[in-house]
Amino acid sequence: MSKKVLVLGETREGSLRNVSFEAIAAAKKISGGGEVVSVLIGDSVGEFGAELVNYGADRVITVEHPHLKSYTSDGYGQAMMAVIDQEQPEALVFGHTAVGKDLSPKIASKLQTGLISDVTDIEGEGDDAVYIRPIYSGKAFEKVKNKGGIDFITIRPNNIAPLEREERSGDVSSLSVDITNLRTIIQNVVRKSAEGVDLSEAKVIIAGGRGVKSADGFAPLQELADLLGGAVGASRGACDADYVDYSLQIGQTGKVVTPDLYIAAGISGAIQHLAGMSNSKVIVAINKDPEANIFKVADYGIVGDLFEVIPMLTEEFKKVM
Amino acid sequence: MNIYVLVKRTFDTEEKLVISGGKIQEDGAEFIINPYDEYAIEEAINVRDEHGGEVIVITMGGEDAEKQLRTALAMGADKAVLINTEDDVEEMDQFTSAYILAEYLKDKEADLILAGNVAIDGGSGQVGPRVADLLDINYVTTITSLKIEGEKVTIVRDIEGDAEELETSLPLLVTAQQGLNEPRYPSLPGIMKAKKKPLEELELDDLDIDEDDVEAKTETIEIYLPPAKAAGRILEGDISNQVTELVSLLKNEAKVI
Repeated sequence: MSKKVLVLGETREGSLRNVSFEAIAAAKKISGGGEVVSVLIGDSVGEFGAELVNYGADRVITVEHPHLKSYTSDGYGQAMMAVIDQEQPEALVFGHTAVGKDLSPKIASKLQTGLISDVTDIEGEGDDAVYIRPIYSGKAFEKVKNKGGIDFITIRPNNIAPLEREERSGDVSSLSVDITNLRTIIQNVVRKSAEGVDLSEAKVIIAGGRGVKSADGFAPLQELADLLGGAVGASRGACDADYVDYSLQIGQTGKVVTPDLYIAAGISGAIQHLAGMSNSKVIVAINKDPEANIFKVADYGIVGDLFEVIPMLTEEFKKVM
Repeated sequence: MNIYVLVKRTFDTEEKLVISGGKIQEDGAEFIINPYDEYAIEEAINVRDEHGGEVIVITMGGEDAEKQLRTALAMGADKAVLINTEDDVEEMDQFTSAYILAEYLKDKEADLILAGNVAIDGGSGQVGPRVADLLDINYVTTITSLKIEGEKVTIVRDIEGDAEELETSLPLLVTAQQGLNEPRYPSLPGIMKAKKKPLEELELDDLDIDEDDVEAKTETIEIYLPPAKAAGRILEGDISNQVTELVSLLKNEAKVI
């Protein structure tokens, strides 16, 4: 049976997040030929509707209200429930992002449904859809299915490929919702993450560990990341030593990332760090210690001084790009 | 203040996973308090020490979980509750857990409920917000700072690396992110005292819960280990040749550039 699927679209700093397109692709599979309706929530989001259609949404519904400028679970919860009431979907797909992680359990609770979080792959289609998700910090995987009622999943960014962008046409409509009684008031957001590429969605990550030795030591890593359009990450050791902010930490505590290319420089490869990056598509390790654990998960390794290797890598990449 | 902490007993991170009969082998493995729940316990103790009241830690599962509850008591919690689901519930999911916890909490007039933002085993991060929704109280996830003055609560939360500052009020459920505090180790006197602190054990019957009410909404059909990764290639030769080779491999073999 085909399903009508609602997908939460997300914006960040004035543009759509990639995970919104990935969620549409996931929804297409789950729909088994049914309708995919993307939902955009915010104070002014109508302009993004057409692009979601270009990535495969059959329709877009926007909910705009001044109280939806910043995410709150109350505000977004009221907006999302109003759309659900109107559309009566048979499945829901959110990104496993700060917003998706916070909002999805509330919606699942209100609908009294299951929720399969942090999905990295989908097998089968429509009613036969089975969801794959990492457990034990990526040391194992489980296949989960819904036992009945609404299929509700969140998808981990960077794992499900979006559909090819094409000029498509589809209806973008708005739903007016009264947003009241917000119990949380957002005062301020302090940007701590690096400008530019978002670590959890980056295709290339250059990560440094204790071996980077200082905050200044991260400069050549940043230079290489900038060249490759990637982001800089760090091990817990580098964060504990104050070389970089904890917002860059990759690992069991910290972010879980799955870029196409992960370059680990001066990272020994503690199991907690591996939990955050071992599912990356290609891993390169650069470490002075040939016995370092990181080499066990690396596809390619260079035994050497990162301060020698990284600048040479940057120069070499410049030649071929 | 009535302060409750939701605690989960989890597999130790350092343990090697072995799967047999479609399940993770637990025999002989070390179990710990979910690391994010330790931040929640520490914060609860600090809030109590500043504002007065009582810290009650709750967990669900089998009798084995008593050990983690005793650890929480040794850290400084006042009371512990074990909701023993071993005999009554075969398959649980986040719906099940949240339903049971909320049924326990609904008449407790909790001012503040704390939990970890995610458990390192299942990794869903759902139970805290689900419990808050069932109790119809507000929640704030992944917090790194908590200040309470009267009914007013000022929080900093981590949103994918950025820090969001917000204001809300009690009653409230929060989930802890790394950076909230530095959890204490139980002291020897703490461990001695913990042995005498009350630990209540309940079953679903005691909470008037019917097994059918908590039937899981989702079903795990398979658990498996990721395919073993083929040994990587350690490049050889002088460094500049290695670098040239690496870039060529990334471009032509791995095709990631």
